[in-house]
Amino acid sequence: MKSVLPVLTVVAAILALWYAATVQMNRAWTEDRAARAGVELTFAEVVADTMSQQRPRLPAPHQVVVELWNSTVVEEMTGRRGWWNTGTLSNRSLIHHGWITLSATFLGFAIGTGLGFVLAIGIVHNRAMDASVMPWAIASQTIPIIALAPMIIVVLNSVGIVGLLPKAVIAAYLSFFPVVVGMVKGLRAPDMIQLDQMKTWNASGRDTFLKLRLPSSMPYFFASMKIGVAAALVGTIVGELPVQQGGLGVRLLSGSYYGQTIQIWSALFAAAILAAVLVGVIGLIQRVTLRRMGMAQ
Amino acid sequence: MKDVNAPRTDPVIDAQGLNLTFQTADGPVQALKDIDLSIARGEFVSFIGPSGCGKTTFLRVVADLEQPSAGTITVNGMSPEAARRARAYGYVFQAAGLYPWRTIEGNIRLPLEIMGYSRTEQRERAQRVLDLVDLAGFGRKFPWQLSGGMQQRASIARALAFDADILLMDEPFGALDEIVRDRLNEELLELWKRTEKTIGFVTHSIPEAVYLSTRIVVMSPRPGRITDVIESPLPRDRPLDIRDSPEFIEIAHRVREGLRAGHVDD
Repeated sequence: MKSVLPVLTVVAAILALWYAATVQMNRAWTEDRAARAGVELTFAEVVADTMSQQRPRLPAPHQVVVELWNSTVVEEMTGRRGWWNTGTLSNRSLIHHGWITLSATFLGFAIGTGLGFVLAIGIVHNRAMDASVMPWAIASQTIPIIALAPMIIVVLNSVGIVGLLPKAVIAAYLSFFPVVVGMVKGLRAPDMIQLDQMKTWNASGRDTFLKLRLPSSMPYFFASMKIGVAAALVGTIVGELPVQQGGLGVRLLSGSYYGQTIQIWSALFAAAILAAVLVGVIGLIQRVTLRRMGMAQ
Repeated sequence: MKDVNAPRTDPVIDAQGLNLTFQTADGPVQALKDIDLSIARGEFVSFIGPSGCGKTTFLRVVADLEQPSAGTITVNGMSPEAARRARAYGYVFQAAGLYPWRTIEGNIRLPLEIMGYSRTEQRERAQRVLDLVDLAGFGRKFPWQLSGGMQQRASIARALAFDADILLMDEPFGALDEIVRDRLNEELLELWKRTEKTIGFVTHSIPEAVYLSTRIVVMSPRPGRITDVIESPLPRDRPLDIRDSPEFIEIAHRVREGLRAGHVDD
């Protein structure tokens, strides 16, 4: 409970800064409109107006919260196309778009983690892979994903792969990397004594892997999965931009087309909340697993 | 000193003209030079010398963890590799090297699992060796719940679990304090008497070597070689206060002389 106060202090400071920035950035528009109407505004009126504009440069925090609420709970429960009235999720709600993003993230994260895992095993056990794979893996991450994503979509489209998978491939492209790096380190975590020990027992490579290397790598595995899942989410959102078939990425893009800053910010926050939840869930699995293994710190 | 090559009945470990050169970035380093040594069944042989004298390297050659450059060595009449595959020895390393995700019993069962013992046999053997090293009742604890001395005892139990008749120990008590070390030395002697194993023991403590061994091999570095082999006249039953006896002090003196002689060219 001691950690609550510092956290709240930081949150309060961020909110104060944000509100101050809201006033500063939206004032010009308010004052401009007042001048054209020939009205003189008091400072309090200016402040109130900057926080209630339809398309502010910077929406106030409470506007974002209200939009988040409206585009999730309110839309689904009262909207014409909402879940309450139609039994299916509304295509205008963040729940609908969030789910599209989440499902591609899951698939991409699974592919990426699996690929990273297999590559790491290869790198640790095969000299040729050890020398050749890592430079390519690093090179792959130096290409801006925003440039690569449309090409992946186009190439996969041309061979008939559409829908969830192309986005998941982009998510996997970003999320395999932390898993490779973390797992190579993790599988190499056993020290010389432990490896020599295995040799004195004439243990097979399989036993050494399953009983020593794999359990040793678990703390590294979870740490890299936390980074990997957040990267998968970013990859999915970037992949949604050219696809235009729903998802938080589409909400971001359409928001910027129509100058709907509040929509952009609420989609951003939805993505951030999603990432936090995903990382939190992995953290929970990590704690339970490591405690069961007797490795809890 | 002549008895190094004296014929012994039933040699368990037999090295003749053993040489080992490591290729390092600074050029070749001769870790072992012309080692002739024969160890009989049931002996307790200590290897003592300053760092770099090759005592650990010799033990590792016996265990097939290093390959000699020249010379011959047999373990139980086989090559070290065949002996390792036949699980002829248990090796206790400087660090206990227990797996933090396994309980003490789980750690002791680890080599048994690898060697394919049945679950019931694993349990029985783990209990038996835990008793042997005085850790009965600690099987379900995790390593971090035990002191350093207890962890090292668990690692000895693990090396004993699969009934190898050779026990190779590489400074197993080096990281422990004097009091714990004394007790573990006493217990090790007791264990050796009861199990009649052949023990190769690396140390750089003179009292430890003299107290434990039936034979002490004094080594010196650059190149790593044997400078003296001392037969201990001490009886097999050795209370701790034997260390105040004139015989003990005399052997310790000879070991010290041997170590000093090896150091003249430093």
